[in-house]
Amino acid sequence: MDLDALAGCLSSSACLVTQTTSGLIIGMLLFLVAVGLTLIFGVLKVVNFSHGAFYMFGAYFAMTSYQLTGSFALAMLAGAAGTAILGLIFERVFMSRVYGADVLMQLLVCYAFVLIFDDVVRIIWGPEFKSMGMPAAFQVMPLFIAGGVVPPYYLLLIGVALIAAIVLGIGLSRSRIGKVIRAAAHNPGMVSALGINTGLIYGGVFALGGMLAGLAGALAAPVRSLTPGMGFSVLIESFIVTVIGGMGSILGALIGALLLGLIRSFGSLGFPLFTEGLMYLFMVIVLVSKPTGLFGKEAA
Amino acid sequence: MTELEAGRAQALTPVRGGAALHRYRDVLIALIAFAVLASLPLFTGSKALLDFVIRCSAYGLFATSLNLLVGYTGLTSFGHGMFFGLGAYSFGLIMQKLGVPIPVAFVATLAITAMVAAIIGAICVRLKEIYFAFVTLAFQMLIHSTILSWASFTGGDQGLRGGIPRPAFLGIDLANHVHLYIASCALLILGLLAMRQIAQSPFGYTLRMIRDNAARASFLGIDVWRAKLTVFVLAALFASMGGMVMALFVSGAYPEFAYWTISGEGIFINMLGGVSTFLGPMVGTVLLLLLNDTVTRFTEYHGIVLGVVILFFALGLRKGLLDFVAEWFARRRDAGEGRHA
Repeated sequence: MDLDALAGCLSSSACLVTQTTSGLIIGMLLFLVAVGLTLIFGVLKVVNFSHGAFYMFGAYFAMTSYQLTGSFALAMLAGAAGTAILGLIFERVFMSRVYGADVLMQLLVCYAFVLIFDDVVRIIWGPEFKSMGMPAAFQVMPLFIAGGVVPPYYLLLIGVALIAAIVLGIGLSRSRIGKVIRAAAHNPGMVSALGINTGLIYGGVFALGGMLAGLAGALAAPVRSLTPGMGFSVLIESFIVTVIGGMGSILGALIGALLLGLIRSFGSLGFPLFTEGLMYLFMVIVLVSKPTGLFGKEAA
Repeated sequence: MTELEAGRAQALTPVRGGAALHRYRDVLIALIAFAVLASLPLFTGSKALLDFVIRCSAYGLFATSLNLLVGYTGLTSFGHGMFFGLGAYSFGLIMQKLGVPIPVAFVATLAITAMVAAIIGAICVRLKEIYFAFVTLAFQMLIHSTILSWASFTGGDQGLRGGIPRPAFLGIDLANHVHLYIASCALLILGLLAMRQIAQSPFGYTLRMIRDNAARASFLGIDVWRAKLTVFVLAALFASMGGMVMALFVSGAYPEFAYWTISGEGIFINMLGGVSTFLGPMVGTVLLLLLNDTVTRFTEYHGIVLGVVILFFALGLRKGLLDFVAEWFARRRDAGEGRHA
């Protein structure tokens, strides 16, 4: 425990800015993964335990296409599109068979894929740590805000995640497709009786969730090291986010992710060895006081 | 006595006699099983085989205790492995730091487990299915990260090293391989017998009722929260026993014992063997360990093989092996009765 370091940081604006931005990027990446998880749960009533694998594949797809084309934009696109296709196939071929089954069965199918996907990555890309490297466009002088150092890439990352959050939020509440999705979450039988292909909606939502996780992985690729199994810690954290924010709530996922990001970045100063423990503690506290999460509905 | 009460009294008597009979049968089966396992070293000098049985004991206790939660009560715990790790670490630490006799450390570990499980259970069991699964998982990770970060006490990511002292007690020397083997078998059989008694007791049937319809159980005056908490603590005790067998076997404790994959494997074992029969998890344990040992011998990518096998069971059979066998027998018997009628 190092409370002096934490107090010292809180009283200096430079450190405050640096820690807050690093908390924000952790939070934003977590948000992208968690919002897919919460969306899939909200509509399909399935907990995608293999969601971390999409994050992992997003990062690896981005790395490979960046190495092949040298274009950062294409790398992001490959990460997002590749995982969307993967999500669609995964949902249609496997997950659609266990809807309505036991939670246990759904967890098991996902657990199987966690094992399989990790090994697939190990076979294709090798077991060692990889890094994509920062694209040349972002290898510029960092910005100084109130004395704190902020790499420009962080701003891009936060911006992209924010745009995704806004588009998703408005899309779901205003657009026709968004309304159909929400209706399908509420009463799939009625929606399909009205002549809408719910299978297509389910596949689409799963693909969207996979795409968001893949995008997060692709965005994280320049700043994190890539390794098989990298998805799992992200998965656990985004579970915590969705549970804190409330399953099925997008706003909850955003708030939960930002809180968790800040806990991680400031906690690493005060409790360097127990940062992860802090997150679990926070989750326990939230659940004990409000079992459905901060923004969850009672019926969930 | 009204007619109704008289009828009930008559109906109950044979059931009670039947329960006693079943109990004697269970004890008899347990004795025979123990005799067979204990005489194994007389016929074979294979250390690998004995080691295999010891590992089966550790995992079998753990998996069967998980079945008390998953199969009997409908509590899908995804963090049950924390008690496996807790048992291994508590036992190892008590033996290393205090140097007490093994039975004392054994009882002390059970006491610690019961306390921790009561606290965690009190928080977890009022949550519904998926929330319960997550929160138990989160507690598992909390314990795992505590073990990792409290390096001065637990050895951090290196685990508890330097060996666990195994002083002889009552003429039993657990440093001796055969003694350790027999002690593990005894713990396994006693543990299984105790869990069988719990499952077949009125309390066990209360648990089944909670699984099938918790609202109805609570209308009938059952304190659902208390029953769930009780079984959560009981299951934790047996998981902790499994952890202790493991700690004795490897003479140490490692953070992997408390990692979530242990819980995942426990769930998988239950799925593999089947949750609708008492011995299903035991069959699953033997299957998984055999599978693991065979697969790791042939390929380093055992995740893929294991994953495909899980998929086969989850999507193909849709039930555990023993469930499958039990249903097949039931169907055959029904068909046979149909012919005679």
